[in-house]
Amino acid sequence: MLNGRIANALTPAVGALAFIILWWFVTWLRWIDPVLLPSPQASARAIWEGFVGGNLLKDFLITIRRTLLAFGIAVAVCVPLGLVLGSSVRLYRSLEFVIDFFRSTPASALFPLFLVILGVGESTKIAVAAFGAGLLILFNTAYGVMNARKTRQAAARVMGASPMRVMMGVTLLESLPQTFVGMRSGVSFSLVIVIVAEMFIGSTDGLGQRVINAQMIFNMPEMYATIFGAGVLGYGLNLVFIVIERRFIHWGGK
Amino acid sequence: MNAPQDVAVGSPRRPAPGTHITIRGLTKSFAGQPLYSGFDLDIPKGQITSIFGPNGCGKSTMINMVAGLLPMDGGEALFDGKTLSDTVIGYVFQNYRDALFPWKRAIDNIKYPLRIAGKTKGECDARADELVKSFDIRFDLNRYPYELSGGQQQLVSIMRSLAVHPEVLFLDEPFSALDYEMTLFMRDKLQDIFEATKTTMILVSHDLDEAVYLADQVLMLTRRPTRIAEVVRFDAARPRRPETLTSDAFIRAKAQCLEVFQREVRAREAAA
Ligand SMILES: Nc1ncnc2c1ncn2[C@@H]1O[C@H](COP(=O)(O)OP(=O)(O)OP(=O)(O)O)[C@@H](O)[C@H]1O
Ligand SMILES: [Mg+2]
Repeated sequence: MLNGRIANALTPAVGALAFIILWWFVTWLRWIDPVLLPSPQASARAIWEGFVGGNLLKDFLITIRRTLLAFGIAVAVCVPLGLVLGSSVRLYRSLEFVIDFFRSTPASALFPLFLVILGVGESTKIAVAAFGAGLLILFNTAYGVMNARKTRQAAARVMGASPMRVMMGVTLLESLPQTFVGMRSGVSFSLVIVIVAEMFIGSTDGLGQRVINAQMIFNMPEMYATIFGAGVLGYGLNLVFIVIERRFIHWGGK
Repeated sequence: MNAPQDVAVGSPRRPAPGTHITIRGLTKSFAGQPLYSGFDLDIPKGQITSIFGPNGCGKSTMINMVAGLLPMDGGEALFDGKTLSDTVIGYVFQNYRDALFPWKRAIDNIKYPLRIAGKTKGECDARADELVKSFDIRFDLNRYPYELSGGQQQLVSIMRSLAVHPEVLFLDEPFSALDYEMTLFMRDKLQDIFEATKTTMILVSHDLDEAVYLADQVLMLTRRPTRIAEVVRFDAARPRRPETLTSDAFIRAKAQCLEVFQREVRAREAAA
């Protein structure tokens, strides 16, 4: 019994452990130049030093802040908009092409446009990320509303709920599982854009800028440490969303 | 037996005495195909009217239009001369899974229409308690709907529809997703509610036994374009109990319904 439980708890760690052993093995045998691929120990030290003493933590927090800010703007604008669009099939159909077009346009291609409008600075990074994440949230919310079974809305209407009340009390909740899909992809997307922006748009801080700097001065442990930091951030954000979703949308799929 | 289609078209008929809902000139078509054209019907007050007819003849469409869930192309429905917006109605959906709010606990589902009606928390609680008592509920209403059995969920949605003391209760195949035992139980429950409140009820059912068993009158509909084939009365005393199913009056009423039904099917086949 106990053995089974321990085995179950350890199963997910097997892959990670195997990966680290393989990494260690490769560097130990010097199959790859240690300058390009430092050992796991050297990388771990760089991560530790970066988070405890160095600036990695600071850049980490800056990137989180930008990502969440962009995401927050996207949610605030696009969830209500998605609700409205989704409630009117005709309205959505009339805008569908525009939404699909911009959604399919790589958001990174919009950097020059936003640079011209907003200049080189904080706002451009956040705006492009918010734009890309917003479209994902928008169309997922709209789809959630359009594809929701109409029975509950009908039930609320027959009980005398006003259109506004039906929208906020039923339609919004009904579309929430799909809206969450949009938010989860939106936050990941926003992180991608923020990091790219930090790399190439005259940044002096953030994880993206840190990766590029480490690469230019050939500080490989530092570079791996930063990549690892970005990975932790992406994974962590996703995890937080899954947890919120499980707790909050307890009825999902039932 | 009244046969509303005998009435000359164009002269708005006066409602028969004791009528609650007057439907006049109801018209509806889907994709250019007429479903109803100039349909008239009187539904008596304080009685149960069952609606029986073949699949796709427009039973759901009719009660949805009368309950305001679907727009009419033409015509009107008045409740004691009032419009729908001045009338309190209840509606029980066939698919309770899609009709209850899964994000609310069962008890809050029941209170929802009261909240909509602007009742205070105290009033909501009092009414909910009353309903729980009168339904003799023995399961935990603090659970979410998806944690309840199908029958319990449908019971919750019936309680929800009754919370506001509706003048008219619409039920669209309310028991068709329940097992046989639960169906029998719910039929009697519905009958008890009816006897206690004398609420006008309109029940769509695919089960002829059920339609007759519960009804004061069974409305037999034809295939589309839909007309009333016949209105069959069933006057057996209430409370009706399983023995009613074997009584002469029941067997006669059911036989009459079947005869109408078969006549319609044959007429259809002859026309085809
Ligand atoms: N939204 C719609 N668009 C097009 N046709 C429709 C629509 N709703 C209903 N119909 C058609 O109208 C007819 C009546 O449908 P309705 O659902 O009222 O039938 P019903 O008598 O309730 O059938 P059932 O016994 O299967 O519940 C059917 O032929 C159906 O195909
Ligand atoms: Mg139907």
